[in-house]
Amino acid sequence: MTVTPAPIEKVSIIISKGSLEGVYPGLIMANGARAEGMECNLFFTFFGLDAIHQKRMEHLKVATVGNPGMHIPTLIGGLPGMSALATHMMNKKMEELDIPPVGEFLEMIADTGAGIYACKATVDMFHLEKNDFIPQLNDIITVGDFYEMAAGGQIIFT
Amino acid sequence: MATTTVTTPAGATSVELTDDGFFVDPSIWTEEMVPELAAREGIDPVTDGHWQVIRFMRKEYLEKGTGPSVRALGKTSGVNVKELYQLFPKGPAKIAARIAGIPKPKGCV
Repeated sequence: MTVTPAPIEKVSIIISKGSLEGVYPGLIMANGARAEGMECNLFFTFFGLDAIHQKRMEHLKVATVGNPGMHIPTLIGGLPGMSALATHMMNKKMEELDIPPVGEFLEMIADTGAGIYACKATVDMFHLEKNDFIPQLNDIITVGDFYEMAAGGQIIFT
Repeated sequence: MATTTVTTPAGATSVELTDDGFFVDPSIWTEEMVPELAAREGIDPVTDGHWQVIRFMRKEYLEKGTGPSVRALGKTSGVNVKELYQLFPKGPAKIAARIAGIPKPKGCV
């Protein structure tokens, strides 16, 4: 007899990286969680905060140095304009797949009812304030608040 | 795979469902089944907004072979993403597809 595993009811997704390829997976997973009817909260910490920073969110770049997945030598990846080129190519691919730009994606994710939170320790470290962030930001919270909010669900760190 | 019986004013129909609750054969679906299928998803009554989405899902499936994702629904159905989740809190594309008697929409976004 096979036992069907209990479905996932709730996920808390942490986005800790500020590169384009570091941000998108968490956004796609959050949007997908809501599409499946799960409760979902998104937490942005460290350089991941750039994704919800009003001035920086439109300038996220693909990392071409220290990223073996790019399959180009590090020295070539370090040439001026390489990151901009790779970013342009990835954004184009995303558009072809109808995956929206980060800002529009976050608006949509907020509309699905997912919560959007920023990590207090990093906000303080970077000397940021609530009005540096997108209006969809629900709150700036501590790690303790995060664990309370994540109770009873799965935690995904990206 | 499971078999269920959907009762409408026109009579009872035996419907085969996939393990996750989607119609195996979308051609046996009729609009008369909607109130009962919706009630099983916790939606009662079925409002005009629900009907708009359900009919749109069905039409897209018949034209394209797959139902739209939530993003596509929000862009093209005339109901925005926020309202979609108010109508179908447990996942608009997924739940509306079950009620519209079509397979689960494919696509990640």
